[in-house]
Amino acid sequence: MMDYGTLRGLIALIILALFIVIVVWSYSKKRKSAFDEAANSIFDETTEINSNDKNNKQETK
Amino acid sequence: MTTTLDHPSYNFKVVRQFTVMTVIWGIVGTLVGVLIAAQLIWPALNFETPWLTYSRLRPLHTNAVIFAFGTSALFATSYYVVQRTCKTALFGGKLAAFTFWGWQAVIVLAVITLPLGYTSSKEYAELEWPIDILIAVVWISYAIVFFGTLVKRKTSHIYVANWFFGGFILTVAVLHIGNSMVIPVSMMKSYSIYSGAIDAMMQWWYGHNAVGFLLTAGFLGMMYYFVPKQAERPVYSYRLSIVHFWALVSLYIWAGPHHLHYTALPDWAQSVGMVMSIVLFLPSWGGMINGIMTLSGAWHKLRHDPILRFLIVSLSFYGMSTFEGPMMAIKSVNALSHYTDWTIGHVHSGALGWVAMVSIGAMYHLIPVLFNQGRMYSIRLINVHFWLHTAGVVLYIVAMWISGVMQGLMWRAVNTDGTLTYSFVESLTASYPFYFIRFVGGVLVVAGFILMAYNMFKTIGAKDGSLKPVEAV
Repeated sequence: MMDYGTLRGLIALIILALFIVIVVWSYSKKRKSAFDEAANSIFDETTEINSNDKNNKQETK
Repeated sequence: MTTTLDHPSYNFKVVRQFTVMTVIWGIVGTLVGVLIAAQLIWPALNFETPWLTYSRLRPLHTNAVIFAFGTSALFATSYYVVQRTCKTALFGGKLAAFTFWGWQAVIVLAVITLPLGYTSSKEYAELEWPIDILIAVVWISYAIVFFGTLVKRKTSHIYVANWFFGGFILTVAVLHIGNSMVIPVSMMKSYSIYSGAIDAMMQWWYGHNAVGFLLTAGFLGMMYYFVPKQAERPVYSYRLSIVHFWALVSLYIWAGPHHLHYTALPDWAQSVGMVMSIVLFLPSWGGMINGIMTLSGAWHKLRHDPILRFLIVSLSFYGMSTFEGPMMAIKSVNALSHYTDWTIGHVHSGALGWVAMVSIGAMYHLIPVLFNQGRMYSIRLINVHFWLHTAGVVLYIVAMWISGVMQGLMWRAVNTDGTLTYSFVESLTASYPFYFIRFVGGVLVVAGFILMAYNMFKTIGAKDGSLKPVEAV
């Protein structure tokens, strides 16, 4: 059976590997256009309708 | 409320409610802070009344600014951002309204019980068990509303701000429930199920992650939406924001033991806390750089837009305090700084500089949008608020740095025969001038909040659409 120290060391290595995977994934060329799109998505307000009509406002008063 | 597929009708009512209460609680929380700052100079200001003593008002101040002001700002912005970026209304119908009224009830209960002396004596978790249960219920409802909205989103991607908000909501639930495990002995008295050093470790695991998740991750969510929005440019690097998120959430959770250097906590745990706190510097600065660099190529906007200035200066304070924090977590530095006013200065550079300024900036962006206006009632007043707040914060933290380092040096000074050079009272007397400077700084901050409230109510009261947006320069 694996002792506690070895297990902890192994978990640390797995987490390190996971972190490297996240970095490689986010910086891969393939993801660039999707991320650019996501970054700009907050400016796309064509598909949403502002619900700020007068009646809705009155409710808070 | 009618919701059709193509035209989502957002639930902005709850956002408006939290937004208005953010400003109100901002005034209340900082006002209590100024009162206790004044009590440190003029002790007679407790009027010999038990419920006005420093010991009872100090937790009221911290609870009011963190859970009333800060958390209301987080509720408002997370509910707003999740709807806008997911292009769908909030999930859960009346549950969102319940989170508003439930959270206000928690705050009112805090305002009543803390001055009366009911406390679990755990820092930032002072409220007694019945209130803790109410907090847990409201918080789980918050999680249901937020994550439910994410699930029914109309977009395929989940914008990064929501990751930070989601991480904060989930972790705070775990922290609060974990640290609040108690055995009640009466309606208003309970004892922690943890004992000794384990209790201390639980408390600071909670305490530091209240800083790391509530006061950092949540407000970073705010930053990732409102900074790009106000600057009208996408975030500097979306890739960095992903690495930022995972690095920040996986490191913060280990930093708690730095609150317990040189205590009964095992040495190895203290060292883990120290090392993790130092490594934490990297994701913190990665996030700060990502926010500030969003303005690259558009720095001139800072000259004309005081709202953007609030947001960007908040990031400078974030950078400052996340450099200072890792440094203070180093055991040898901590030996000088711990238990002194330096810690108070550090906390306020984070709380007044980072948390308050990013919230104020977000609120000034949000108020006109929520109340059908093109801009705030007075841009000039926002500018005045900016300078009042900035001057107040700088006075506050500089005074506390000087006072803190001086205290640390005086407390550790020894004569050649090994006796202490200074008595405690001598160090206290030496701090008085700095307590006065801190008080003045606090008054400036409160004055700024009062201007903000005036500006807000003038904006809300104006005829719909009568305040036209300023032309971009």
